[in-house]
Amino acid sequence: MTTTPLSVPLGLPTVRSGSSGTAGVPALPEGVRLGKKDFTSSSEVRWCPGCGDYAVLAAVQGFLPELGLRKENVVFVSGIGCSSRFPYYLDTYGMHSIHGRAPAIATGLVATRPDLSVFVITGDGDALSIGGNHLIHAMRRNVNMTILLFNNRIYGLTKGQYSPTSEVGKVTKSTPSGSLDAPFNPVSLALGAEASFVARTLDSDRKHLTQVLRAAAEHRGTSLVEIYQNCPIFNDGAFDVLKDRDESVARLVKLEHGREVVFGAEGSQKAVVRSASGFGVEVVGLDEARASGREVVVHDAETADPSLAFALSRLDEPTMAHVPVGVFRAHDRPTYDDEVRAQLDAAREASGGDSAWRASDADLEGLLRGGDTWSVE
Amino acid sequence: MHVSTGSDPARETPAPPTPPTPPPGSGTGKRVEVLDRVVIRFAGDSGDGMQLTGDRFTAETASLGNDLATLPNFPAEIRAPAGTLPGVSSFQLHFADHDVTTPGDAPDVLVAMNPAALRANVHDVRPGGTLIVDTDDFTVRNLAKVGYGTSPLEDGSLEGYRVHALPMQSMTVEALKDLGLSRKDAERSKNMFALGLLSWLYERPTEQTERFLQAKFGRRAAVLEANLRAFRAGWAYGETTEAFPVRFTVPPAPAEKGTYRNITGNTALAHGLVAAAHRAGLPLALGSYPITPASDILHVLSGLKRFGVTTLQAEDEIAAVGMALGASFGGSLGVTTTSGPGLALKSETIGLAVALELPLVVVDVQRGGPSTGLPTKTEQSDLLQAMYGRNGESPVPVVAPSTPADCFDAAVDAVRIAVRYRTPVLLLSDGYLANGSEPWKVPTAHDVHAVDPDFSTDPNSTAADGVTPQFRPFLRDPDTLARPWAVPGTAGLEHRVGGLEKADVTGEISYDPANHDRMVRLRRAKVKGIEVPDVVVDHGGPGGGEHHDGDLLVLGWGSTRGPITAAVREARRRGLRVAQAHLRHLNPLPANLGEVLLAHEHVLVPEMNLGQLALLLRGRYLVDVISCNQVRGLPFTSTEIVEAIEDVVAGRVRETPRRDAR
Repeated sequence: MTTTPLSVPLGLPTVRSGSSGTAGVPALPEGVRLGKKDFTSSSEVRWCPGCGDYAVLAAVQGFLPELGLRKENVVFVSGIGCSSRFPYYLDTYGMHSIHGRAPAIATGLVATRPDLSVFVITGDGDALSIGGNHLIHAMRRNVNMTILLFNNRIYGLTKGQYSPTSEVGKVTKSTPSGSLDAPFNPVSLALGAEASFVARTLDSDRKHLTQVLRAAAEHRGTSLVEIYQNCPIFNDGAFDVLKDRDESVARLVKLEHGREVVFGAEGSQKAVVRSASGFGVEVVGLDEARASGREVVVHDAETADPSLAFALSRLDEPTMAHVPVGVFRAHDRPTYDDEVRAQLDAAREASGGDSAWRASDADLEGLLRGGDTWSVE
Repeated sequence: MHVSTGSDPARETPAPPTPPTPPPGSGTGKRVEVLDRVVIRFAGDSGDGMQLTGDRFTAETASLGNDLATLPNFPAEIRAPAGTLPGVSSFQLHFADHDVTTPGDAPDVLVAMNPAALRANVHDVRPGGTLIVDTDDFTVRNLAKVGYGTSPLEDGSLEGYRVHALPMQSMTVEALKDLGLSRKDAERSKNMFALGLLSWLYERPTEQTERFLQAKFGRRAAVLEANLRAFRAGWAYGETTEAFPVRFTVPPAPAEKGTYRNITGNTALAHGLVAAAHRAGLPLALGSYPITPASDILHVLSGLKRFGVTTLQAEDEIAAVGMALGASFGGSLGVTTTSGPGLALKSETIGLAVALELPLVVVDVQRGGPSTGLPTKTEQSDLLQAMYGRNGESPVPVVAPSTPADCFDAAVDAVRIAVRYRTPVLLLSDGYLANGSEPWKVPTAHDVHAVDPDFSTDPNSTAADGVTPQFRPFLRDPDTLARPWAVPGTAGLEHRVGGLEKADVTGEISYDPANHDRMVRLRRAKVKGIEVPDVVVDHGGPGGGEHHDGDLLVLGWGSTRGPITAAVREARRRGLRVAQAHLRHLNPLPANLGEVLLAHEHVLVPEMNLGQLALLLRGRYLVDVISCNQVRGLPFTSTEIVEAIEDVVAGRVRETPRRDAR
């Protein structure tokens, strides 16, 4: 096809190329920019006052225009739970599905539609209890989608039972004597399930949240973003120590690719070093580390070996003494959906067409006849 | 007892020759007897290759133009212990010079490869039938394993059958002796020896089987050579031995002009889906989790990528239907395939598809239940699950194929309904249809119904100002009540769907009582209004059309069509006035069904369940139908249904006694 230079824009979509998560998705015509308003639907938002979901919604609506995509090519799929109402509030295509199944439904959509940027919205109960199987398999396959896992460590929509991320001993309506289940660490789980992109952020840190979301959307493959999110009704203050200005400095370990993993206030800085036992990592005073010559760990999110990212994820423990946030892992590997489509394309090419080729009636009739036929005259 | 013992190559010379196959009919002048129909059953250990043997004999028979029906019957265990009754696998084929509707009630010929196969099957063979028995495994130990105190070949217990006892294994080993194979490996080709012998005996053409073996084993020269030689040795044995003085032939059945092939239900169903999607211009996306007896549909479709077919093998049944629904949301024809237990797991997602009002085809290849039940055996016991196995008022159209080849048309019909009415559709096949096969007149592409996906591209209404274009995702087509299908990527039609109740027309979340009442009724009315053809009653008059109501109607659905048809024919031969009708559509039921039921004094409903369609008919039409049920994991024999018909006609079975009759 030859193109004639025109002075009139035809509004044809330009498809984003490269290996980003949005490659293949039609971009906005040059000069056209969307804003937060364009991504805001007319539905009335119905979360409880003070819910952390508001902050995440605002951040997402604010960040989506940055991707420069046509909004009709953006899809949000959710499961069930408070956070799963999310798609209704975005003026994109959306599906509020059933409990735990959003990653599976999104897999079917992504595999058949390379021109969409697909987000999955889920919570700790939705993703890690009822939908645990679909979550791990989506990550194992590396389906090109961004999963936002809102973790408030409680069941909100069913009014306050403990969740698979609740700390042991949690007293809730269903566990008056304290919960007995050991919780999941979603980041460790994701890394164990071969996720190619894993990050953690907080609902209250708009800047960090946006930064992580951008990296997640740009990543080609399954991006899992755990968002610590406050439930003001049933688990209020669960993450307060990470939000308090003074406390958070001492506790939040902000991971940055290629940088030494150090944190804490000036004067009492701490460092992450390889643990003495050899396999994991541990936190020591930065001065102590320097004095003893122990090498401070340099974060490498892109390495193929997930061991370091996993070790870092284990720094997190119930007391939240030191909680790593940021991108744990961002490793490129083939995505399931790209490979599925490549097999289809190869089959079509082998049949004598290109990837846009559609089987002819004659091809179909050949299939129906099969190998052995006989004729009745 | 008439026993003809096969030659023992150890004693008799020469050993079976292995010449190139002589062309059919060029025999050594043996007498050829013409038969109008034959039922053959091949039986052996699960590992003996009986299914392959049966398949090949069927393919040879089909190519001759006989009409035929098959019944593969095998255990759920992949390789049950050798020589035991639970390990017996069989394949039955009925072929004739006329229209055949069942695999046959009683085999005329049983090929038994060991004592277990004989023991498990001999009681089904018709009196005077032929037994072709491989004697090599008839050792004291093997006989004891299946409870034979003495060899039935020697103790007279097979009196009344025509018995051919021959050492097929030994003859196979002998034929392959210079190939350098171990005895065990050589023995593996004994099924081909049996196939060669039967192919000779019934004058079947051999080129196809040789071609098939070339294609299957072409890369493994030794295996190919062993199978070819065993096959030819079996043929040559028939040709040379005096044990088989007569050959048989069954002339072709009259058939409409056209191109034919033999096809199984699962293959026909897969091809129907592909053909319907092709004609609709839709890519097909299958989400599936392997389950017997549905897996072959996944296997077939996974090889059809060139037709734009995406197959996703999911982590579980729930994910499988979810992937299909996700693909439908994106504008593909979403399909999921499963069997009973899998359908149970998919229920919630099918309910979601009902709420989303998106096309989705759910294939349930029914098997014996409850729970894991009988994975490899057939049953029709998921009808009520298909109809009602979801929470809430959740109507789903149900379509049931009635023969293996009919799986093609039923699949095309399911796609038509799913796409036209934006609804999940349940396609209820079963294990008998799935694995059974019959000749099929291959359609042209244009014979396949082309449904228009009719994707929305523009807003379908205006905002309150009367000017601003607006898209209303639940503004229905007034005729079909279908909602628009607007797929992601379509500018200006962005909208959200979900399982929460939606307001009529706008699709906003709505908890309004009146709206919910309306939406529930709309969804029901949409399914009720699906166009399905009237049920046709065959009254048995000349041309099948003479009208005389008032007697007995035998009404079936799904795979019972064959045995019901055979039974009704037999009943008429016996002078009984019996009408027959068969349901393809279980939801909605044909508009004239009530009238048809009321026009007959008695309605007999044979089902491979304990009365599920009967329950629906009684509830819907207040007609006191008489059930005829069996759940043995096998299709009805026509005899069972003939007996039921006779019982009703003779007044031995009556409708439920009414209060005044008590």
